[in-house]
Amino acid sequence: MDDLYREHILDHYKNPRNHGALTDADVSVEGTNPLCGDELHLDLNIIAGRIEEIRFHGRGCSISQAATSMMTELVEGKTVEEAAALTRADIEEEMGIPLSPVRLKCALLGLSTLRVALNRHAGVALPEGWAGMDGVDWR
Amino acid sequence: MDAVATPASVLRADFPIFERVIDGHPLSYLDSANSAQKSRHMLDTMMSFYTTSYANVHRAVYQLGVEATEAYEGARETVRALIGAASTKEIVFTRDSTEAINLVAHSYGRANLAPGDVIVCTELEHHSNLVPWQVLSQQTGAAIRYVHIDDRGELQLDELDEIARSGNVRLLAVAEQSNSLGTSNPVRVLADWVHEQGGVIVVDGAQSVPHRPTDVTALGADFLVFSGHKLGGPSGAGALYGRRELLEAMPPFLTGGEMIRSVRLSGTTYNELPWRFEAGTPAIAEVVGMGAAIEYLVGVGLDNVQAHEQAITRYALGRLAEVPGITVHGPTEHSRRGGVVPFSLDGVHPHDVAEILGSQGVCVRAGHHCTQPVMERLGLPATTRASFYLYTVPDEIDRMIDGLHRVRRIFA
Repeated sequence: MDDLYREHILDHYKNPRNHGALTDADVSVEGTNPLCGDELHLDLNIIAGRIEEIRFHGRGCSISQAATSMMTELVEGKTVEEAAALTRADIEEEMGIPLSPVRLKCALLGLSTLRVALNRHAGVALPEGWAGMDGVDWR
Repeated sequence: MDAVATPASVLRADFPIFERVIDGHPLSYLDSANSAQKSRHMLDTMMSFYTTSYANVHRAVYQLGVEATEAYEGARETVRALIGAASTKEIVFTRDSTEAINLVAHSYGRANLAPGDVIVCTELEHHSNLVPWQVLSQQTGAAIRYVHIDDRGELQLDELDEIARSGNVRLLAVAEQSNSLGTSNPVRVLADWVHEQGGVIVVDGAQSVPHRPTDVTALGADFLVFSGHKLGGPSGAGALYGRRELLEAMPPFLTGGEMIRSVRLSGTTYNELPWRFEAGTPAIAEVVGMGAAIEYLVGVGLDNVQAHEQAITRYALGRLAEVPGITVHGPTEHSRRGGVVPFSLDGVHPHDVAEILGSQGVCVRAGHHCTQPVMERLGLPATTRASFYLYTVPDEIDRMIDGLHRVRRIFA
């Protein structure tokens, strides 16, 4: 248990990286997790196919906030294609713990919101309510 | 009067789950408002029913069919007696409270509401007693009006005057006790009010019927619903009480087998009450199990259950007040609330609180508790909720408090 609340996770929760908002962001997306009442606002500046800047703010449990903070560190400076290829396993590796089914939605809120943002930026028409969670193994 | 109250510490031995150890910690089950644990009496009754008397009901003429029908219909009498209904014809078995409310909304609602009519609901309701009325409003063109809550989660009854002035109130839906804040609502006052308006009252008893004596006549209830799993029965069985003249006049909800009298290609006539509203093979063993759970509760005495929950709630409120950074939501006065205590801990998301408590064997719920309008009204993303039942002991509260101190250390 205390595994879940190990030092580096709490550090990201208490000192989130890339926290805040971008004025004149190229793309801005809201993500929500109704289970926890989490809300995430994600801003990206994408220049020449590369994520030059990323910021997030919102409210949520320590797992969703820490995982989102880690996600922003992972994708900053990466190409859109590299960022779009991130998976659950990448987030788990950053967290350093296997995620239980009940906390998965918390931990993947940042990643799924990023997917929505990247698709929107690319001009992909998305189904109403698409939350970027396709292909996630929820077990 | 009921027999002398048996202490919760003794009743606890009737619930096998409390032998469970979680990671070396004894089980502290503080989530009974979500679903209650099961007594050995209930479990044995279901096992015995399946192993000795199981068959389908109402059609098999052999011995097992007779026994199964007697057990199933016997549970109907048990429910009738529990809530003081005049007749078993007024007791319809459903899957749970949600299905019972949907039955009333679809059947009574669509037959009796029209544009210009008004449905009254409250800001305090569980989604299951809110969404069906919103849908009914959309389908019939009837307006929906809400009674709002104050900062402590109490209904603002003075709003009723303004709603009455607009006229045409046909139906009021309210929970006897809030699942997310614990507020006990004045159902009788609301029933008298809506009857003066010429409407009916639908009482959501999911959080009250398991926890206190219930009398539909004293409440003034036209409809009352509850779920078996919250009073120690299995999931999959619940009940709708409806006043007989209302049920008699209502069109069917689900249709098919069991609910018919005769079917011809030219048309169908429907079965009498209550089976007209029980299409298909029902949840037979689950209904029998619900009956056994009620027998157990009645044996304990529902006034004893209520008195115990008030005492344990008072104890919990006192102990929570010792923890720095805790804010308890809902009515301040313990007599104004049932055994449901939602709280926030400064700087820590409820989901993190619940996870860390869970690792200590302390089971609490975190989230919006299917009452998003309440959370929005109080400006909360979510809360942590502890809820109690007849088997809750002070040791469990103490372990929750120890766990909360641990949460504070981790997030310090």
